[in-house]
Order: sequence, then structure tokens, then C-alpha cells
Amino acid sequence: MNGTVISVSNLVKKFGSFTANDNLNFEVYEGEIFGFLGANGAGKTTAIRILSGLSEPTSGEVMVAGFNVKKQAEQIKRNIGYMCQKFSLYEDLSVRENVMLYGGIYGMKRQLIRERTQRLLKRLNFEEYGNRLISDLPLGLRQKLAFSIAILHEPKIVFLDEPTSGVDPVTRRQFWEMIYETAAGGITVFVTTHYLEEAEYCDRVSIMSEGKIVALDTPAELKKQYMVNSMEEVFIKIARPQKY
Amino acid sequence: MMIQSSGITKKFGVTQALKNISFSVNEGDIFGFIGPDGAGKTTLFRIIATLLLPDEGEMTVMGHDVGTGFKELRKKTGYMPGRFSLYQDLSVEENLNFYATVFGTTVKENYDLIYDIYSHIEPFKKRLAGKLSGGMKQKLALSCALIHRPALLILDEPTTGVDAVSRAEFWDMLKKLRQHNITIITSTPYMDEALRCDRVALIRDGEILTVDQPDKIRDGFSRKLFTVKAPDKYKLINGLKSYPGINAAYPFGDSVHITFKNDVFDTAVYDHLKNMGIHNVTIEETRAGIEDRFLDLMENKEINQQP
Amino acid sequence: MKQFTGFVKKEFLHIFRDVRTMIILFGIPVAQILLFGFVVSTDLKNAQVAFLDLSKDEITRQLSEKIISSGFFRVRENLTNLYDVDKVLRGNKIKAVIIFEQNFGRKLLSEGKAVISIIADGSEPNMATLATNYLTAIIADFNSELAGVSADGAMRVQPEVRMFYNPSLKSQYMFVPGVITLIMILICALMTSITITREKEFGTMEVLLVSPLKPAHIIMGKVLPYFILSFADVIMILLLSWLVFDLPVKGSLILLLAEAMLYILLSLSLGILISTIAKTMQQAIFISLVGMMLPTVLLSGFIIPIENMPEVYGWVSAMLPPRYFIVIIKNIMIKGTGFLYVWKETLILVLFTLAFVGLAIRNFKIRLQ
Repeated sequence: MNGTVISVSNLVKKFGSFTANDNLNFEVYEGEIFGFLGANGAGKTTAIRILSGLSEPTSGEVMVAGFNVKKQAEQIKRNIGYMCQKFSLYEDLSVRENVMLYGGIYGMKRQLIRERTQRLLKRLNFEEYGNRLISDLPLGLRQKLAFSIAILHEPKIVFLDEPTSGVDPVTRRQFWEMIYETAAGGITVFVTTHYLEEAEYCDRVSIMSEGKIVALDTPAELKKQYMVNSMEEVFIKIARPQKY
Repeated sequence: MMIQSSGITKKFGVTQALKNISFSVNEGDIFGFIGPDGAGKTTLFRIIATLLLPDEGEMTVMGHDVGTGFKELRKKTGYMPGRFSLYQDLSVEENLNFYATVFGTTVKENYDLIYDIYSHIEPFKKRLAGKLSGGMKQKLALSCALIHRPALLILDEPTTGVDAVSRAEFWDMLKKLRQHNITIITSTPYMDEALRCDRVALIRDGEILTVDQPDKIRDGFSRKLFTVKAPDKYKLINGLKSYPGINAAYPFGDSVHITFKNDVFDTAVYDHLKNMGIHNVTIEETRAGIEDRFLDLMENKEINQQP
Repeated sequence: MKQFTGFVKKEFLHIFRDVRTMIILFGIPVAQILLFGFVVSTDLKNAQVAFLDLSKDEITRQLSEKIISSGFFRVRENLTNLYDVDKVLRGNKIKAVIIFEQNFGRKLLSEGKAVISIIADGSEPNMATLATNYLTAIIADFNSELAGVSADGAMRVQPEVRMFYNPSLKSQYMFVPGVITLIMILICALMTSITITREKEFGTMEVLLVSPLKPAHIIMGKVLPYFILSFADVIMILLLSWLVFDLPVKGSLILLLAEAMLYILLSLSLGILISTIAKTMQQAIFISLVGMMLPTVLLSGFIIPIENMPEVYGWVSAMLPPRYFIVIIKNIMIKGTGFLYVWKETLILVLFTLAFVGLAIRNFKIRLQ
């Protein structure tokens, strides 16, 4: 059994009288591709913020990459990668400048940043475009670049928040191949998405509804359990949208 | 013919947003433009809504030219742009009343038309629009676009950023609108929504790849399609891609869709995979979906564009 | 440390690539230095004065010559009787009237003392103080020349200074009208420019454009509420200045309010015009606030008299509507003059308003591009 990269016990997060996360319990293993699904307002974003050290739980024990989320939030930030839906790259800086910047923020040595930058550009077939401004790049390329930067420092786990929103089908698949490659290299991938079919690419999937986790298993098992043929149908059966 | 368009082009600075767009929409149809971000959907819709003028080409909507006939057209068109454009600091009720008044009608007059949609949010009519969830904003924006009983409804990515359940509900609402003989044009990046339209145009990078009924598009897939399953997805994809006889291999959820170069199922592929340590492989022929066709068309386009 | 330097480098890159930030960092200080350096001079230059010489003898001629040749003053008129003094000060050109009493020379020689009256326009306290100080200094100098000439006892020309319209030289007289002028144009232009660009940013403008609403209606609909509220603002400010600063309106209140309405309309139209140029709310705020505030404060005659500016700045000042409104409001509030004295400025404001409205309508696109 692989090591545990995330362990969540009895996580509760309240905002005033509103309970966004209601007693969550789950684990994520090393090298897994873990899909984190749920309708809008179900509490996904809240949970991810806690896991990435950006927010504190109201109660419960949460360990990420071996660190406690409440007491060691700073270490967590240094050991994870994070890619939010859009806007994680600076539009008025070039590709190279963005990579150098984040490399510096991750505390990597100059030489290492240089090497990884070359490797990254090669992987994306992008070597001549190192000096292009981000604002000149099409969306699909930006997403791939943002992902590469999020794992530049080879963290234990990378969080991806709807990384393929609005991207064309070909690029989307290329993106998922990058995710597969990353997981195969030992980096755990924690991803959320609205494309239910992408849930099938994950090793295991959890579905949140109204603050609770209502399903957690491999896609194959979930489909069997609910006697349907696709993850979309599973989702429609169990995830209720916000009532108001 | 509700919309007739030929040779529409539009450029913004150095970017060619639309290249030679031609299509037509029948009255009463639900017509969908399917394509990713940057395809030109919003630009095209703005032209149809008379908000932008094309650089070249012609378009007539309901018999009027979009350039000269905009005054008439604006009275008969309902437009719902992306991000829903509601007044965040006005309530549900106030938003609806405003749009009704601006179009010279009242909520009461056309209430029957929006009833199915508005009834979901009516209990919250005093709530500020900014405080609604994504699905409810969607319903409100749709109600506001319909309140003056337009003949043509233009919806720009109404389901983007909204969860799967709300999306399904939204399409049910659209289907119901057809009873009122309203023509609906919509755009979406979700390929599966194509099947819910009467006719569909696949669009990418400012060009239309094909226009037809969705099942005809699907059936237009040029080769035999096979679906391959194996426990280790990543290895499987790499294995398939490395097989010389394979034309294309795309991951599709829990399987991989492949086509063969000479369009014949080649059993040697099993051995190839076994040699790479990939076992428990199942291969079946399957029917192509819209997305397969889209990928196919995109691929052909790239090949044609190579020097 | 590495993270820190990397981050700092990024911040520099952002700054150099953003025109607006560069303007704020470099453009504004440079403009300020130039303005302050050239414009704010506490020296008097070419202050226009009028003489009323009731004596017309050798001594008055000598003293007049001395005053004129000092270079600080320019004689605009030579008055013939006392009734003209008030009229001439109400007009906005003459800053001070210098009156030689009858039998000036004879009184000086026989009684050893003659009175020279200096009546200054107190509605511009800074200017008035400067002018009278300079004049008094010149007269003191003349007196010491006289002392050198006469054998016995002192012969002295005695200056008597009076400030019209603002006897105690209260600075509120300068500030309150100026502040009204400044605030109204800034707020009105800011508000209307923001409300339209906000619709553009949130996308609701698209839907308005495809509706039957005519652009003219959209504009008027946006202007009307602000017009009413700004007018209430003006009344409130006038009330405050009366109750708190003891600065009542000397002239016709109705005329003042009418002029205020014109000025508000001008400012709101300017805001609409700005909104047709600006693409985002940020841009609109930038142009309205930063782009207009500095020139208005420094060049409209609010703080620094226009006469003190080099000619170039004077030209720029002539293009600023606030410059004209300040004259109007000071006249009515402090000098108590009627329409006849401000018709020129009023006409200019009307023309400005028509220009802004015309341009705004022309620019307001019925389409997105």
C-alpha cells in the first residue's frame, strides 16, 4: 500500500452558522489521481483551501504531505503545487519570466530552475516561444504551462482546480496525459472538474453534496453501485444542486 | 429561414476571430455552436445580436440585414450574454421588471412564457441577484431575455461554469420553449449538449468545421471506431500510440478510442500491448460520438495546415 | 531570500509594463514640479490696477510713475470719479484702485501728510494682500526719497488700505468658492463616468444596447438622478458655508443656483464623455480623478491667480471650465454682482456643455465596437 499523502479526519468548517464542510473523512494515497467532485456550493472549494493551507479548519485533523494543516501551514505551501482555474500566470510577463518567478518563490536554486525551464519548454514543444508574453498564448497552452509550473519544484502533491475549463478536446486530452505522466512519476494529483467524463481518468473519485462526502470509490465501482454506465449519471443521481 | 449568413469575417487587431463563416438556421430550431474557448462563438453571437458589424460577408436575421436592420431586430431578439449580465445589486424581481419595462411590456403580459423557468426562483424574488447561486442566475437571466417574447433567443454559453445537474435542467427548459415557436441559438463547450440541439455547427479557431444535424455529424465519422479498455490507462495510451498501425488514439473516460490507419481491426495490436506489459485488454467496435467527430475534424485540419 | 528577490523582480516588471503606473510615478511628479516651479510664484507680475487721480499735480505724477515703472503693476484704466471704483472692482480685471485725494501735492507740502487710498479686491485675498503690500512698500520707498529731499521734518504719503467685499480678508472667501468648483466637477464627472463603464464591465451594457432603449435615453437616464442629487449637494454646501463659516451669498441666490445647475450639467456631460473613452471603471476613475484634479487645482485660478502664471499656463487654464466657474461663483457669492458681470463666463460654460454633450453623443456607440 502506498503512503498516505492526505489524511482528513472529522473535518468541519463553519462560516458563522453555515456549515460548509460537515465532518469529512478520507485519505489520498501517494501517486494517485484523486478526483474531487461536487455541485457548485457543495463545499469543494472550501475543502481545497483548507488542504492547501490557505484556510484553517473549524475542527478536525488534516495532514497534507506529512504536515498538520493548522500548525504547519507554511510548510504545506512549500511542499505542494497549486493551479487554480484561470489567472495563475502573469499576463504581462513572458513564459520564461513566469517560470523563473515561480521557481524563485518555491525557493529553487537558479541552476535547477534553468534546467527545469528547458525541460518544461521542451516537453510542451515550446522552445522558441520562451519569450512570448502570456497574453499572446491561447488558452490551452496557458493551462498546460500553468500545470507545468505548478509541479516545477516536484512537490509531493499538486492541486488542480478545474484545470481544463473551456479548453478544446484535443488539448484537454493532452493535459490529462500530462497528469498521467505526473502521477506515474510519483506526484499525487488532486483534481476537481466539471467534465464528468474526466472523472473516469481518476483512480478514485469523491463526490460532495451539501457539505458532506456522499460517495468515494473508483469510477468503476461507483458505476456498478448505482447501476449506470457513466460518471455523469452517477453524479446526477447523488449530487443535489444548491436548493437556493 | 431565421438566419442566413455567408462569408462572415471579423478581425480584432491581429487576431482573426471569424474566418468565412456561412450557415443558416431554420425557424423554430434549437441551433448549437459547439467549440472550445477562443473559437469565435461570442464574436459571432454579437454580430447576430447586432452588437458588432462583420468586416466582410452578409447576414440576414428574420429578413433584416444585421447592419441596416438593427432597430427592428433589437425589438424581436432576446440576448443572454456570457456571465449572465444581471444587475447584482437589484433583486430578482427588480431585474425582471426592468427588462420588461425597457422592452415595452410587463411581467404579467408574458408570464406564461417564462412560468416554467421563473417559478423555480420566484420564492426568492426579493433576493439580490448577486446573492444567487449559478443555476439560479442562469434561470433569472433566461427569464429576463424571454420576457418580451422574442422570436429569436441568443444564449451565449449559458451552461458554462454550472454543474451537471443544473445543466440538464436548463436543457429541459429550452426544450419546453420550442412549443412557443421561439428559435434558439446557443453555444457551449460541452460536446454532449450537441445531441440536444436540432442542428449543430462545430466551430474552432474562427472556422466552422461542419454544420448538420447532430446524429448526421456523428455518423459522418469517416472510419471504424474501436474502444479499448485495460486496467492501467496510462500505459495503455502510450502503448497504443506507439503502435504503427494506429491512426489516432484518444482517451475517453474509462477507455481509449482508436482508429486504424487502413481502417481494419488489426489483432496484432494485442501482441504489441502484451509485449509492453499491458494485459487484460478488451477491444470492441463502437459507434462514434460527436466528440470523436470533432477530434477527427480537428486532426484533419491540422494535417491540412501543415506545409 | 531567493523567493524575495524573484518576487521583487516581478513587481518591477509589472510596473515598467504598465503605462498608468509609470504616469503616476514619473509623469505626475514632473508635471507638479514644473507647475509649482513656474506657476507658484509669490512675486507679483502685471497686476492690473486703476488710478483715480483727484489732484493731478507733479507729486501724483511722480508717484504714479514710480508705481508703474516698478514693473509689478499695469495701468488698465484711469478713472474720473469715485462712482467708478466699485464698478471697476466688480469687473474681474482690476485688482486694486489707487486714489490720490484732492490737492494731494499741496497738502503734502503744507501739512506734511497726504493720503493715498488703496482699495483692493478682497475676493481674492492672496492677490489683494500681495498687491497692497507691494504698493505700501513702493510708497514707503517714495517716502524715504522725500525725506532725503526735504530739509526739515518728514513729508509722508500715508497709504490707507481698504479691502472691498472681504474687509477682514477671511480666507474662506477664497477657499469655499474654490472648493465648490473643484468638488462639483470632480464628483459629477467621476460619478457619471463610473456608472457607464461599470455597465460595460459587468456586461449589462450589451443587453441595454440591444434593447429598444435609445442611447439618448440611456444617457439622460444616467444623468438625471445625479443631477438632482448634485444640486442638493450644492445647496447643502452653501448652507454649511453660511452657518458654519459665516459666508452668506451676497448676490442673487437664484442666479447662483442657476449657474450651479449649468456647471453641474457641464460636469456630468464631461463624465459621460469620459465614459465613452474609458473601457473600464479603473480607467474612468483614473481619467476623472487624476487627469482632472491636478490641472483644476493648480491652474484654474483656485489657489494661484492666473495673472501670476506664465502665458503658456494661462492658455491651458483657459481650456479648463472650472476657471470660469470660479469667477462666476466668486462674483455672485462675494462681490454680489449680477448677471451682467458674468455673462461672458456663463456663455463659455454653455459652449463647453454643448461641446461635451455633442461629443458624448457622437462617441456613444450603438454597437460594441
